[in-house]
Amino acid sequence: MSERIPEAEATSPVIGSVPRSGRAVAWDRRRASAAGVWRGLRNDRLAMVGLVVLVLFALLAFAAPWLSDESSLSAANTGDNPIWAPPSWEFLFGTDHLGHSVAAQFLWGSRISLFVGLMATLLQIGIGSLIGLTAGFFGGWVDSVLMRLTDWFLVVPFLPLAIVLAAVLERGLWTIILVIGITSWPSTARLLRAQVLTVRQRLYVDRARSLGAGRLHLMRRHILPNVTPLILASTTLAVPISILTETTLSFLGLGDPTSTSWGGMLNSAKDNSAISGGRWWAYMPPGLGIVFVVLAVTLFGRALEEILDPRLRQR
Amino acid sequence: MRARFILTKLVGALSTLAFVVAFNFFLFRVVNENTVESMFRGRNLSPSQIARLERQFNLDGSKWEQFTAYVGQLLHGNLGLSMKDFRPVTTVVGEALWPTVLLVGTSTLLAMTGIFFGFRAGWRRRSGYDVGVTTFSMFTYSMPDAWLSMVFLGLFASGLGLFPTGGLEDSGSNAAGLAKLLDQAHHMALPALVLAIAYIGEYTIVARSAMIDTLREDYLQLARAKGLRDSEVRSKHAQPNAMLPVVSLSALNFGFVLSGAIAVETIFSWPGLGQLTRNAATGPDFPVLQGLFLLFSASLIFANLIADLMYGRIDPRVGGR
Repeated sequence: MSERIPEAEATSPVIGSVPRSGRAVAWDRRRASAAGVWRGLRNDRLAMVGLVVLVLFALLAFAAPWLSDESSLSAANTGDNPIWAPPSWEFLFGTDHLGHSVAAQFLWGSRISLFVGLMATLLQIGIGSLIGLTAGFFGGWVDSVLMRLTDWFLVVPFLPLAIVLAAVLERGLWTIILVIGITSWPSTARLLRAQVLTVRQRLYVDRARSLGAGRLHLMRRHILPNVTPLILASTTLAVPISILTETTLSFLGLGDPTSTSWGGMLNSAKDNSAISGGRWWAYMPPGLGIVFVVLAVTLFGRALEEILDPRLRQR
Repeated sequence: MRARFILTKLVGALSTLAFVVAFNFFLFRVVNENTVESMFRGRNLSPSQIARLERQFNLDGSKWEQFTAYVGQLLHGNLGLSMKDFRPVTTVVGEALWPTVLLVGTSTLLAMTGIFFGFRAGWRRRSGYDVGVTTFSMFTYSMPDAWLSMVFLGLFASGLGLFPTGGLEDSGSNAAGLAKLLDQAHHMALPALVLAIAYIGEYTIVARSAMIDTLREDYLQLARAKGLRDSEVRSKHAQPNAMLPVVSLSALNFGFVLSGAIAVETIFSWPGLGQLTRNAATGPDFPVLQGLFLLFSASLIFANLIADLMYGRIDPRVGGR
């Protein structure tokens, strides 16, 4: 590892008469490009619709403790609610087979679904970025080994692997997050590796290297800032997949037994013959909730990707 | 060169398969150390019974001995015994194979119509048609197939009574020939439709972006300059070149035929691999689950191999001659 050279203050570009450090200039540029991204998003009507829907659901999930009492969901605590009551003013989405309010379950379920979706995505992006960046940056045998591993995981079918893991491990909220995270990282790793390889070829990286920049410095100051937008875009697009996977796993009865997500509500509706009994209010709200959230994130993520991904930009 | 390309791909596929076998063992025997006692929890077993079961399920000896025994059995086509009814896993899985191939195969073919819509949408990018097709695709992509199955079942089967609520055919019917075929088609209609809707968006979106990628190519300008009609430029010059990603997606999706309908089969009580997977996972019936996972992985690896080889054939730039 070569020694770090002093920052580029010496070359301070001059704007007006105030001398500015290279770092400040870089930050200005970043701020300007973030503003550009926001302008692009503002012009995309579907992306804004997605963002608004998402914010609404996030607020709803956040406000759940003020809107309904969590203890009303426990099995012992149904009071004398009617069972399978259709939607009314008292029970906005009706009640389930035990007399629990479906609306309250929907509200609390949104917290679980969104939390798992977000956490699993972060885990996946974390693993994927680490492996992709390391492989792309170091190259050589490190790259070969890591990419071989990635290829292996790419051809293992995603959902069956998640199901097998969930069945083998102890049931719980963090198990679900772990399962989704460790089954879905390979595509992120590949994407980031490819991007690091192209960025590494750029002239300014060569320049920095010939000025004596070490690996860590190159990584931190030149490569990472350039792949961050891509990480952001692929994070957004990974959230829907995480949420849908959580739904499927919970629906199959492999979710956390102590808390009910939207997928868990679907499972309970199916197991208690809500379908054949015509109790549509038990499965329509959670299903529509998933559709709206997933659609909203997808719309927003696609617009973001189109703005941030250099391969899509020229089209 | 050509032979070498095929050989490289073949060796790659085999090494992946070896990885899956080792991984499969590791998951079920190391991550979850299931002993006979934990597998048959709640049943009173005498020590001699335990010893016999341990031998039967290949759980005696060290981990390494178990692993070599497992691989040895695999090479003889033996996947062990189901914990539920002690039948060989190969038999249990074999029985469920055909219903799944029938169901998912049919719906995959139905979903491939999405390619056509995708090409047209990409060709007339940003038109009303494009926005409509893209929005519809994203909407179907956002629906969990489990939920869509419930809605269809509740509406068309339980509600309107137009379709049976589940199963492969009417129970106890001894219809044969055409009547049997029609009965099965009647049972298959709803789950096949749900799966087709769940898959169609992916084909549409991939076909659309493949088409958009070719829009700027010079040879399209040339074709137009020759005076070809717009539809001819699309069908003769743009479409064949946009076909590549679509072909590889289709080949890959055939690798998911066996494992593609886990939630849908569960809801429609379709006696296929998906329902078997669900029952084995919640049972739990580890030997069956292990066998299914190996089968699913192997079929995906095979589909990947076919996709790679086809890629080399369709596009001469890949895998050189």
